[in-house]
Amino acid sequence: MSDKPHLGREHGQHLYREMLRIRRFEAKCAELYQAQKIRGFLHLYDGEEAVAVGTMQALEGRDAVVATYRDHGQALARGLPMGALMAEMFGKVEGCSRGRGGSMHFFDRARRFFGGNAIVGGGLPLAIGVAMADKQLRPGAVTACFFGEGAVGEGAFHESMNLAELWDLPVLFVCENNLYAMGVPLEIAEAETDIFRKAAAYRTPAEKVDGMNPIAVEAAARKAVESIRAGNGPYFLECRTYRYRAHSMFDPQLYRTRKEIELWKERDPIPRMQKWLVENHMVSADELHKIDAAVETEIARAVAFAEEGGWEAVEALECFVLMDEVPE
Amino acid sequence: MNDKSSQSVTNRMTYREACKQAIREALIADPRTFLMGEDVGLYGGCYAVSKGLLEEFGPKRIRDTPLAEAAFVGAGIGAAMGGLRPIVEIMTCNFSLLALDQIMNNAATIPHMSGGQFAVPLVIRMATGGGRQLAAQHSHSLEGWFAHIPGLKVLAPGTIEDARYMLKPALADPNPVLIFEHIVLYNAEGELDPDVTGVDIAKAKIRRFGRDVSILTYGNSLQKSIAAAAALAPAGIEAEVVDLRVLRPLDTATIFDSVARTRRCIIVDEGWKSGSISAEIAARLSEDLFFELDAPIRRICSREVPIPYAAHMEEAALPRTAEIVEDARNLVKPR
Repeated sequence: MSDKPHLGREHGQHLYREMLRIRRFEAKCAELYQAQKIRGFLHLYDGEEAVAVGTMQALEGRDAVVATYRDHGQALARGLPMGALMAEMFGKVEGCSRGRGGSMHFFDRARRFFGGNAIVGGGLPLAIGVAMADKQLRPGAVTACFFGEGAVGEGAFHESMNLAELWDLPVLFVCENNLYAMGVPLEIAEAETDIFRKAAAYRTPAEKVDGMNPIAVEAAARKAVESIRAGNGPYFLECRTYRYRAHSMFDPQLYRTRKEIELWKERDPIPRMQKWLVENHMVSADELHKIDAAVETEIARAVAFAEEGGWEAVEALECFVLMDEVPE
Repeated sequence: MNDKSSQSVTNRMTYREACKQAIREALIADPRTFLMGEDVGLYGGCYAVSKGLLEEFGPKRIRDTPLAEAAFVGAGIGAAMGGLRPIVEIMTCNFSLLALDQIMNNAATIPHMSGGQFAVPLVIRMATGGGRQLAAQHSHSLEGWFAHIPGLKVLAPGTIEDARYMLKPALADPNPVLIFEHIVLYNAEGELDPDVTGVDIAKAKIRRFGRDVSILTYGNSLQKSIAAAAALAPAGIEAEVVDLRVLRPLDTATIFDSVARTRRCIIVDEGWKSGSISAEIAARLSEDLFFELDAPIRRICSREVPIPYAAHMEEAALPRTAEIVEDARNLVKPR
């Protein structure tokens, strides 16, 4: 992690802590899935932490986020309370979507988190619209739209890329390229495997970024957001990353080798960040211990919050199918 | 406001003009409202509904889109979630299938799936129906399909009054509202009642009162049903014509009240019979009004074929006034 040497002690530790929160949260989710506390589909973010954490550093509260079904990392990095996420996966009314969404559909209006979307590519048109509204109502705000490399096969991706540039919209496209669309390797799905090159067809500035390095992602995202805020229209980042776990909890992973996974783990951003902080005297052993303990405490509290949560009344099943008013 | 927008004093207008006046009124009333869709600007709308509005309101509020239904419908959903009040025009409902994912998986689900944190106050207008020899891919009636989906409201203006006044309450509604404008009706002309300044989009409307049989219908079939009722009157059969006009949520109170009085019913629906809105209404009548009925429920729907081009075949495929008359005669005066 030598490409950005001017990283302060506090911020370096922050990046490390944020990634660790996600990694440990996901481990707890897997455990609770085995214990059948969490059900349905569960897509974990292990390995991709640097993408969400790095990107969110460039965003402010006024900005918007459109997430994917692999949304735990995006939500945690955006600042959604961990307890509300865990409660959501427990199906509790205290969940961030009142138990109606589950793992794939975290929402948080206050934090302008426009939802985990479980239709691949389905969030892209939505992001275009949010950016249209912001351009008129909240000038300077940016919409960060996350999607996987699988989404670029969808027409909605191309239609949305075109509209963003055509209408000069403040959208930060963040492609989390983890090389597999479920089990389909990128090279058998796309004629052009350098995803960022697709943006050229729409005249949108684009970069490929080391998605295993939070500092590189943050630097790229800051540059992109600065350009967007300056009124230069959308920006595209292809973050090359890897998911360590199976696509979901039902995936025997026949499409890739253990060796490949091990090779990517050598580039794991969390131990590398830790090593880098230690070597540069930016964290003490005591501080590392405290970070670790704080993360464990936060997770334990989140689980307790979820356990203690209540169930939505079945009588409220049809609440919000039709809204009585537009929430302000 | 320029000269082109100045209006004639007469209340006589076409359905097309009524649609346009509604849009124009909405654009004047709320700076958050804009119209977006294919050919709504320079071309003036495929059915000329928005002709002249680009000149009056400019390209930011009358926004021509590329042929990208998924993206511009999805953008309408996102814009509504972000605080705007968009009107999205899908040129015809036949193309709405390209945006079905956005409508069904985003617009209809997000309010509930987010636990009520986000509303989607969006209006999507689209042309529907057959009868102009446009062949199968331009003659679908898909409003019944959309009426299947919880989270949506589905309107079908069958009169000039509804074309003029449904948009305002639809835009004021916090939910996604789909408005299906029938292609045959755009040229229809009529007089607007100056005393009417709005319509209730929660209620069906009885267009003609009668004691012998209820004809439940909507859209262009409403006009056929009104014609059928007029043809039946000289024979002493008084048909009541109920304009459903809101297909979701159905105004079952008005429907049940009418059928409970007449005890006989014909449902006229331009959709295909299988799995149609007519099937839904018939099922609800069977569930809740079975013992009030004096005769089996009758349905007149489109024949189950892709709507063909040739005039005689198209006519045979769509509901016909003569069929309604014949069915009513058989129901009211059985052999």
